[in-house]
Amino acid sequence: MKHRSLYLKVLSALLVFGAWEIAGRIPVSYAFPTFFESMASLARMTFDGTIFVAYAETLKPLIIGVAISTFLGIGFGLWIGLSERFEWLFSPIFIVMQAAPLAALIPLLVMAYGIGLTSKVFVVCIMAMPVIVLSTSSAVRNTPASMKEMARSFLAKDHDVLLKIIVPAASPVIFSGLRLGVSAGFIGAILSELKITPTGVGDIISYSRSIADYPSMYAAIFSIILLAVLFLNLLEKIENILFKGNDRGYVTD
Amino acid sequence: MVMSQTKEAFTNAQPLEDDIAVSVRGVSKNYGDVEALKNMSLEFPRGQLTSLLGPSGCGKTTLLKIIAGLLDADTGEILVNGKPVSGPGPDRAFVFQDFALLPWASVMRNVAFGLELRGVAKSEREDKAAKYIKDVGLQGFEGAYPHELSGGMRQRVGLARALSVDSKVLLLDEPFSAVDEQTRRKFQEDLLALVANENKTFIFVTHSIEEAVYCSDQIALLLPRPSRVHEIIRPNIDRSKGVEHIRREPEYLDIVDQIWASLRAYVE
Repeated sequence: MKHRSLYLKVLSALLVFGAWEIAGRIPVSYAFPTFFESMASLARMTFDGTIFVAYAETLKPLIIGVAISTFLGIGFGLWIGLSERFEWLFSPIFIVMQAAPLAALIPLLVMAYGIGLTSKVFVVCIMAMPVIVLSTSSAVRNTPASMKEMARSFLAKDHDVLLKIIVPAASPVIFSGLRLGVSAGFIGAILSELKITPTGVGDIISYSRSIADYPSMYAAIFSIILLAVLFLNLLEKIENILFKGNDRGYVTD
Repeated sequence: MVMSQTKEAFTNAQPLEDDIAVSVRGVSKNYGDVEALKNMSLEFPRGQLTSLLGPSGCGKTTLLKIIAGLLDADTGEILVNGKPVSGPGPDRAFVFQDFALLPWASVMRNVAFGLELRGVAKSEREDKAAKYIKDVGLQGFEGAYPHELSGGMRQRVGLARALSVDSKVLLLDEPFSAVDEQTRRKFQEDLLALVANENKTFIFVTHSIEEAVYCSDQIALLLPRPSRVHEIIRPNIDRSKGVEHIRREPEYLDIVDQIWASLRAYVE
């Protein structure tokens, strides 16, 4: 069973990369390199160290933003889910945040917070936080009433109900919100590097596009997707360790 | 032996104060405009199983949840061992219709959950839980998760959880309605053994007439619109011949018929 799922993963990777290679060879566009050209570029950037220098820059706003979004997002989500009044107060903000056309807002952020790290962290947060908040709050609100009632009948105090019933019951949805939020955070990090100041991976993408070095551009895009997938897998592992019974076999990889 | 709940009959039939584990006095409960319970009074003798039986909408689950302290009564009071109830307490344990197990917790943790909430140390509560897991016949499933169990087994976990906190009053809210017929019959037999062996008071909500007559020492027949106690029935079925004979006793059959005659007008 375990082996079969591994085969399927390898097969699906082969299919996607194969299609990429073929599309690059036709070619569908002059600006679309083959898979092997891109991988060669990626190897070159890995060996001369450019990619690590770039990630050192990109990961800063990404990690700070994702960390802030995770803690604040889950915190706000729990609060909104538990208190109706708080929901009226705050939930519209996050709905607006989620629906806002972020690229159009970036000039505003730059005016307010400059072109440095702060603005980039904001972009990551605006991308990542709303979905975390909204899924956490709806998960909290949908905790089965009979479980809360059961806990109360067995003399649970309020903090027991929160920590032993509501949070574990909400955790699958919280984690799926985290997965979506973190992927959105990756998009936000790259977007901020393309739209605010070209640094890190965003710089590789925009620079290699400007000199028509498309294999490097796709190599950089590929690397960020790879990193996101690895990170999502890590998240799932964490979830399985924290909440063992939740593991009923959903996959992100 | 059947008594209508006229005032005199009620006072005559009332056992000594000591023998009453739970008494409900003049309890009313409204949900908005809907009268769920109106001035209801009932006594539950110690060490016996009392069924609350009635058609849907007669407020039997509401009454049970008020006794559990999960709902507040609008008027009236509940006394458990002479002390008024103001919320859930260690003297009562609840068995839920939908089992209310924690899906992320093993059978062991689910059974020990009541003790965990009371702050009992892990090794002690697991010893206790292991004993009750064995008692309900789930030995070997300690590490299983609820989604790996059948409906009947899940309710056994719910029952073990309620037994493990060692409350004197056990409240069962239609505990067997979500399990299949054969499992249900086994459960009813086990319940009789439990009533005989454990020195506990059982309050049992059911909508099955046969189940109520089969298991109960006392049946409170509730009727809706307005919600009230229609009759207190004490089946005097001879259970000494063994559980397999109960359903053939003339007394059993008579009471089943008699209850149906009272209820049929209220079933739409």
